[in-house]
Amino acid sequence: MVPLSWYLMLAAFLFSCGLYGALARRNAIAMLMGIELMLNAANINLVAFWRHGVGPMEDLTGQAFAVLIIGLAAAEAAVGLALIIAVYRERRTIDVDELDLLSG
Amino acid sequence: MDTALLFDNAVVLLPELVLAVGVMVLMMVDIGRRGQNGSQLLAGLSVAILLLGIGASVMIWGRAPVEYLDGAISDGFALSVRLVILIAGVLGVLLSRNWFPAIERQGGAFYSLHLLAVIGMMLMGTATNLIVLFIALEIFSLALYILSGFYRENARSIEAAMKYFLLGAFASTFFVYGCALLYGAGGSSKFTQIHETLATGGGNPSLVLPGIALLLVGFGFKVSLVPFHMWTPDVYQGAPTPVTAFMSVGTKAAAFAGFFRLMMTALPSFHDQWAMPLAILAVLTMTVGNLTALRQSSVKRMLAYSGIAHAGNILIALVAGTAAASSAAAFYLFAYAFMNIGAFTVTIALERQYGNENDVEQSRLAGAAERFPVLAAAMAIFMLSLSGIPPLAGFFGKFLVFKAAVEAGWAWLVVIGVLNSAVSAYYYLRIVVAMYFQQPEQAGDEKEQPFVPASRSSVFVVVVSVLAVVVIGLQPGLWADLLRGLGQ
Amino acid sequence: MLSQYFFILIMSGLAVVLPLAAIVMGHFLGPRRPDEIKNDIYESGVETIGETWVQFRAQYYLIGLVFVVFDVEALFLFPIAVAYQQLEMFAVLATIFFVLLLVIGLMYDWRKGALEWQ
Repeated sequence: MVPLSWYLMLAAFLFSCGLYGALARRNAIAMLMGIELMLNAANINLVAFWRHGVGPMEDLTGQAFAVLIIGLAAAEAAVGLALIIAVYRERRTIDVDELDLLSG
Repeated sequence: MDTALLFDNAVVLLPELVLAVGVMVLMMVDIGRRGQNGSQLLAGLSVAILLLGIGASVMIWGRAPVEYLDGAISDGFALSVRLVILIAGVLGVLLSRNWFPAIERQGGAFYSLHLLAVIGMMLMGTATNLIVLFIALEIFSLALYILSGFYRENARSIEAAMKYFLLGAFASTFFVYGCALLYGAGGSSKFTQIHETLATGGGNPSLVLPGIALLLVGFGFKVSLVPFHMWTPDVYQGAPTPVTAFMSVGTKAAAFAGFFRLMMTALPSFHDQWAMPLAILAVLTMTVGNLTALRQSSVKRMLAYSGIAHAGNILIALVAGTAAASSAAAFYLFAYAFMNIGAFTVTIALERQYGNENDVEQSRLAGAAERFPVLAAAMAIFMLSLSGIPPLAGFFGKFLVFKAAVEAGWAWLVVIGVLNSAVSAYYYLRIVVAMYFQQPEQAGDEKEQPFVPASRSSVFVVVVSVLAVVVIGLQPGLWADLLRGLGQ
Repeated sequence: MLSQYFFILIMSGLAVVLPLAAIVMGHFLGPRRPDEIKNDIYESGVETIGETWVQFRAQYYLIGLVFVVFDVEALFLFPIAVAYQQLEMFAVLATIFFVLLLVIGLMYDWRKGALEWQ
């Protein structure tokens, strides 16, 4: 059986990949993709903790949480893409460095 | 569980349910209306729904707390936070009513999202389960992302929405990763169960501290604590001012409520480990917030940094981590709701005078007392209250929080808090001085502009806020008894 | 235990090495005499007209967004379908309420014209 720590490392690796994507890319859609990766890293953790963690396995909390996160990630993506389209219509760019009207 | 009991106990979520049904009714009315008619009806309807929500909270006030489906509880603390959020919601809807050009067309969407944000915020205060906590956070966050971009004619508004979204979604991934680690540590998503497992030596305590650190990023972002505050001034400035007013109060109340409940019911046994980092964050937040607020030229950005500083003050209560501290925080948020929304309302009224630019420069306030005596007087009261000058509401908020912190042995933190209040008085009073004792620079053309009367609903909001700030200040004991903390 | 995964490891190794070897060897061994026709994007196809990076109409995104949301909501119905035999009355009512919410959302989209193709 694959031990819990391997899953946790995989999740941490995925989270770091997403983090890098969200921080290094300047394109709003690419940043959104990084954010989705990070959410899915949390999902791996949840399911791994459900299967190998300290709680009883009949308690489906980890799975239920993961399913809800998938749903919320979709809602987030929908809102985010709609905002990105709105920005693109207004400014003809989705490069976050070029969004500089607000600064103090 | 018994079906009948499930329905009976649903009464603990009555305010949320009332609002949820209200949102559906609102959407139905919206798709039934023709063209641009009836946006005033929608506004009236949403105010009525929110008032029904307040009625529902008052109805279940004082009931013995029942935990519903292992996910939500309706204790005194939850009810207090609900009240703050519902009041902020009503005032926010009233302010939005005549503000937007877009609201004639898209009023249904706007008010539905507004009510959804209120629902999410209220759930945040009742959540006793990581899953409910996360869903509540997302409900109000998603609604607020859209609301802050609602002023489509203004390029800054949509840019603010995009920034808020990207950073907010980024922060919520940390939050959810932290939730996953806490679930791994305690083997359950229920706060009390996590506490039980960890306190009896079970579980996986090594995961707790990384979990707290990640959750702190998520919460810190929502309440704008200092290393995570970069979005606040931009979003507050770019978002439509009525939305900013509602958001500044509602988000803080909701996120702090969730944060308090999580830390104090799931992780009280780790208080020694998390109190010191939070205390350092509180010091950073207050100091950076106040010092940066000194340098702002825009009123909205100044209020944003002042909001950051206030978040630092409330964090002191969490560091103390006692029941008295949580009720002090509820009182603080209650007072903050009125004074902050009041200040933003006056800003809205001044925006109308100076040509609807979705912001006011502080330099234009010079001599405002002469032109708008009532607005200036109201603004002065809100500024004095925000800076914590007795006997106004803001003073007692700070006083109760500091008192609870001293009792819990955090005197050094309180000293820093008091010093920071002194710094903050400078930039609040600067506005008062500008309005009353300075002459406008180009007196000629300023005076020629005709006076634009403020809308009736914003006059109402200002009057209510002034009355509340004064009454809470004169009778603090009454309200402090009414608003409950955790475990009281 | 882990020894079972050893074969998968060998398989993945082979799966990477073999195609790589084929490409690299082809690169070195094959003759290369490029001309204009061979360098075309479609060597034996129709010439492309205009830019290849055309922008799709925003309408596609709108329908796409609506689809994404409703598509994923089906996820929440899946556990209910699996546990259907043992559902309590409360769960059934909750499901009905949930579907009702989706219907209201769909009606809202419909009446607001999000589904219309202009």
